[in-house]
Amino acid sequence: MMNQSARYFIPDPSRWPIFGSLALLSMAFGAALWMNEATWGKFLLIFGVCTLFYMMFGWFGSVAHESEGGSYNKQVDASFRGGMSGFIFSEVMFFAAFFGALFYMRVLSVPWLGDIEHKILWPDFIAQWPTAGPGVAERFTPMAAWGVPAINTLILLTSGVTVTIAHWGLLKNNRAQLIIGLALTIALGMTFLFLQAFEYHEAYTALNLKLTTGAYGSTFFMLTGFHGFHVTVGTLMLMVILGRSIAGHFTAEHHFGFEGVAWYWHFVDVVWLLLFILVYWL
Amino acid sequence: MQAAHDHAAHAHGHDAHAHHPSGIMRWVQTTNHKDIGTLYLIFSLTMFFIGGILAFGIRAELFQPGLQFWRPDFFNELTTMHGLIMVFGAIMPAFVGFANWQIPMMIGAPDMAFARMNNWSFWLLPPAALLLITSFFVPGGAPAAGWTIYAPLSTQMGPGMDLGIFALHIMGASSIMGSINIVTTILNMRAPGMTLMKMPLFVWTWLITAYLLIAVMPVLAGAITMVLTDRHFGTNFFNAAGGGDPVMFQHIFWFFGHPEVYIMILPAFGIVSQVIPAFARKPLFGYASMVYATSSIAILSFIVWAHHMFTTGMPAAGQLFFMFSTMLIAVPTGVKVFNWIATMWKGSMTFETPMLFAVGFILVFSMGGFTGLILAITPVDIQLQDTYYVVAHFHYVLVAGSLFAIFAGTYFWLPKWTGHMYDETLGKWHFWLSLVFFNVTFFPMHFLGLAGMPRRIPDYAMQFADFNMIASIGAFGFGLSQLLFVLGVVKCARGGGVKAPDKPWEGADTLEWTLSSPPPYHSFETPPVVK
Ligand SMILES: [Cu+2]
Repeated sequence: MMNQSARYFIPDPSRWPIFGSLALLSMAFGAALWMNEATWGKFLLIFGVCTLFYMMFGWFGSVAHESEGGSYNKQVDASFRGGMSGFIFSEVMFFAAFFGALFYMRVLSVPWLGDIEHKILWPDFIAQWPTAGPGVAERFTPMAAWGVPAINTLILLTSGVTVTIAHWGLLKNNRAQLIIGLALTIALGMTFLFLQAFEYHEAYTALNLKLTTGAYGSTFFMLTGFHGFHVTVGTLMLMVILGRSIAGHFTAEHHFGFEGVAWYWHFVDVVWLLLFILVYWL
Repeated sequence: MQAAHDHAAHAHGHDAHAHHPSGIMRWVQTTNHKDIGTLYLIFSLTMFFIGGILAFGIRAELFQPGLQFWRPDFFNELTTMHGLIMVFGAIMPAFVGFANWQIPMMIGAPDMAFARMNNWSFWLLPPAALLLITSFFVPGGAPAAGWTIYAPLSTQMGPGMDLGIFALHIMGASSIMGSINIVTTILNMRAPGMTLMKMPLFVWTWLITAYLLIAVMPVLAGAITMVLTDRHFGTNFFNAAGGGDPVMFQHIFWFFGHPEVYIMILPAFGIVSQVIPAFARKPLFGYASMVYATSSIAILSFIVWAHHMFTTGMPAAGQLFFMFSTMLIAVPTGVKVFNWIATMWKGSMTFETPMLFAVGFILVFSMGGFTGLILAITPVDIQLQDTYYVVAHFHYVLVAGSLFAIFAGTYFWLPKWTGHMYDETLGKWHFWLSLVFFNVTFFPMHFLGLAGMPRRIPDYAMQFADFNMIASIGAFGFGLSQLLFVLGVVKCARGGGVKAPDKPWEGADTLEWTLSSPPPYHSFETPPVVK
């Protein structure tokens, strides 16, 4: 069935990638239409997202099936490790662009806007972070670090511990420890997301802090928003791994699916620490 | 979850039934590195001609002063889309096509590390191209802010800009997946004995290029995402009234953009480093120094981006830093040019088409390198910013550099890929016409720029008329000459000409020449022994 060469697994022709391309094409056209006031674009976007989920379901299903079927040797395992490292590195660089924007605004563009040259244009502007910028009149309250965000920090750090406990369980063939560790991690991830939703609600209703609130609002919501999206994806990934663990997948020697997700979860954790320090605290 | 597993098993069963589909589905579902490489190369050639038609539009308008054919804003769409299509649609996919065909064969692997993802990397490109081309037909037309899509121009344009942004997102995803695949293949799938420092230089340059891509494509994605949210969701990244800064876009863009130019030239260096030793019948001079030079170029590329922004305004210390760091890049590049020439020194050289393109590359690309060095000097750059001098400079590195190397590589490996020799006479005609018309087109642009003609304008003052007419004639000739290339490739692919031996080039010594021409479906079923 497989084009199994002497030493390396090469998958058969696959129909999944083209579904993925169709999904992204629909999503792109749908989003572009929707953003430009064509309401039916929304449906195209939803169709694209559904197709993407269908594709991932099928594709990752094939991978899990091949893995459990014993098609993947040590060398394939090493490839997966290399691939996942590359993916996480690319994610780091994506966040770096937004952290770079935060740095640029705080350290460069906001002070420039308060200097003597700009007094003619905006005489009353005081260049001080956090700010909504000289041209945005609305008042807002910045998000305090030591309330919900601090709790969320604790939650994510704890979840990093629980996922490690799950890994130890897997390594010593203790399936109960693996499953409980994963379930706890998922619960903590969901709590984090719930608290973040609460925090966003607070921001919009009580603090008058919005995506449109100038430099502070833009960086606050884009950074925490993309991070929250990554936590959502990470939680979904953990759920798949939990399901596979319950179904009896993975052995102490062969479990890259688990490790890849754990790496991703730690990465999301580290990004949050940076966010907590640079966005909320300082 | 059990149900999910059953479903997956069923789906897999379905896949297994469709074992080696034929007709169009063979190409849609393929996981074979050679099929995918071919798809990349055909896609690239198609986009090269679409981008070329846009260039025809530009040069037709500039043939004479005054407005002849287009509205000025449509002219801006032409220059923007010509740039985007050539960079992301033609040059980059062509090199990925080479990587797909050559890397597994050169390192003694059966295929790429992630064969299914490899398929997706390619099949993301046609949707992206469709998005880009559709943007011409939406209200407000295609993106017209230049290929650099600077804010605040890009935060103001119509829906075409959104389509362009999504196209870039998708092409970025494709590049990142392709690069992860290439890095993993090179690091994990080399034949036993193939140590890093025994790898052919083409493999080395792609390894470094792939790292550059993984590092900077996400940064571009971030930048255009900020443009998108500024356009539609009220963020203020590039709006001074909200505390942001349009100049910030330029910083983020060029942090991507400068490494991007090396992404488009390092694989070209790799190809030339394979071709020259083969036809000089001598091993490459200074192999290790080539590897180190490539790495230094890659590292330096991250700290020079603001040389694109000397006129945007920055502190004098910043200008000095970016000027000197940019000039430093001339050192490793000089090492490379020196090594190529030293390889040819006292070699028993013959000048078949690949070698002609490679030697042409060295001569004409070096000119582009020198004008780059001139543009790195801040006071000179302030004078020449946004003039035709810059247009001349980057066409010397991108056409005479990247494109000529792509031609060299195509003629070099075409016998291996198709099993047939290309038509040598046709190839030579293609080279000489390309070289002459290229210089007729772009050499006068240096003078235009020095005399002050700005780029990206549909009309110009009378004194620029003569050189513009010469450039336009050159451009038409250059474009038409490329039909010879298509003719040569098609003849070869359809089985015309002499059958190619396994190793048609006497001096070539990399692993792919030990395989049959054309090579077997899975390149190395059993790993070769590398001594
Ligand atoms: Cu540059």
